[in-house]
Amino acid sequence: MKFKALTAIAALMVAAPALTFADPDDDTLTINGEEMVTKAPLPAHLEDSLLPEIMSGWHFRNDDTQAMEMDDFDNPGMLAVEDAMVAWDTVEGTEGKSCASCHESAEDSMKGVRAVYPKWNEEAGEVRTLAMQINHCRTENMGAEAYKYDSGPMAAMEALIAVQSRGMPVNVAIDGPVAETWEQGKEMYYTRFGQLDLSCASCHEENYGNMIRADHLSQGQVNGFPTYRLKNARLNTVHGRFFGCIRDTRAESFAPGSPEFVALELYVASRGNGLSVEGPSVRN
Amino acid sequence: MKLATLTLAATLVAGVAAAADAVAPGDVEFDEYGAVATSLTGQPGDPAEGEKVMTNRGLGNCVACHQANVLEYAQFLGNVGPSLDGVADRWNEAELRGILVNAKKTYEGTVMPAYYKVDGFTRPGNAYTGKAADDSFGPLLTAQQVEDVIAFLGTLKEE
Ligand code: HEC
Ligand code: HEC
Repeated sequence: MKFKALTAIAALMVAAPALTFADPDDDTLTINGEEMVTKAPLPAHLEDSLLPEIMSGWHFRNDDTQAMEMDDFDNPGMLAVEDAMVAWDTVEGTEGKSCASCHESAEDSMKGVRAVYPKWNEEAGEVRTLAMQINHCRTENMGAEAYKYDSGPMAAMEALIAVQSRGMPVNVAIDGPVAETWEQGKEMYYTRFGQLDLSCASCHEENYGNMIRADHLSQGQVNGFPTYRLKNARLNTVHGRFFGCIRDTRAESFAPGSPEFVALELYVASRGNGLSVEGPSVRN
Repeated sequence: MKLATLTLAATLVAGVAAAADAVAPGDVEFDEYGAVATSLTGQPGDPAEGEKVMTNRGLGNCVACHQANVLEYAQFLGNVGPSLDGVADRWNEAELRGILVNAKKTYEGTVMPAYYKVDGFTRPGNAYTGKAADDSFGPLLTAQQVEDVIAFLGTLKEE
């Protein structure tokens, strides 16, 4: 047994030097000239993880994709933000209201919001994602229909709200009333799903920086969401990404907006505490 | 019509016979180091077929995680697992079979999937649909495909 393990370790060590080409880079991300924090010290609650520090997914993309995120004129995700600016001012529903009726200008009222979600809603007694809060406003305050959880209009509205927190550090609370949900999310993060028997950590903690076929594995951070993906040429939501990653383990995935994904989002978001809000980011 | 039915019946019998010969996923016996001495099919594997299984996305897709010089043509070889160059110098056939059937018996906690196993999964799905598994659920590779891959790995020698 010992002997076999040693042989395997020797094999791994021989292979190692060739692998460094896939490491995350050391470039600096500025968006419209403003510098972002894309590498940050490990949050205290990740001390027993394998990560030495936390890193934005931006470092794992190639130079061309990286450049698209550095200027809003090059960022295709900003077109959706423009759509959402129109939606912000559009009266919908039985109450004759728009978002602006209650919140006036998004630039002022939404500053800092993205950075602290998901968060506890005292009145409702629940953990709310940004998408849940947007839909709560639509159904309860506007008398309008809820957006489909991971639809284009939802992603666009999330992007408009994210932009107002650009460069602010993610700062999601993990204790007090959310502690139980956070623990549930943590357990999911380390659960090996599907026939391939892989957890989030199998790919994004144990193997970030490595290549899985043509994909350069990042830490799976959500500070850049919603993300404009070149692959499907639209904005993608956090739960859309979670759905795809679990599906790719040959598992029965969870539904966007499900309690499981809300808990997972709270936990994953907290793994990015200290990174700048980057949304809408550009990925491949 | 009669003839067609007969041919079909013959094919069915052949199918059943092949399956009956193979060791079922639940019946595979491992030694204490995770090796599997007995061939799953009793038939020698075909290395050319094994190579296809390793590079094909819809089959083994081993190259998602592993590199080997002779497989470079398949492009974008991953590096989550070690390079398989010289792997036959490091492991014998029984050990390779064990790693393929269920790598966790050789490497505790490894991320390498078990290719000939059907139980013990959390929320197993119907391939890559995101939906729950149905009656068509089976091991990732057939017994013969596992033997074919072992035959191919046997050709990866450096010494
Ligand atoms: C089989 C490997 C695998 C597993 C398991 C996996 N992912 Fe991923 N994930 C990927 C790949 C590949 C990408 C695209 C490249 C990248 O950004 O890492 C990705 C991307 C992501 C992203 C986007 C990051 C960004 O910056 O845009 C997030 C978030 C994410 N994954 C979260 C998760 C979570 C949460 C889980 C578990 C529920 C999970 N992943 C499980 C392979 C995996
Ligand atoms: C999701 C990643 C992944 C996939 C897919 C995968 N492997 Fe592996 N494999 C690994 C890892 C990681 C190791 C090293 C064991 C460890 O440390 O966990 C390994 C080890 C091995 C070894 C021993 C290597 C040595 O040099 O000692 C062999 C042989 C092997 N794999 C063959 C295969 C074959 C054949 C397939 C496809 C049918 C395959 N693997 C698919 C990740 C993977």
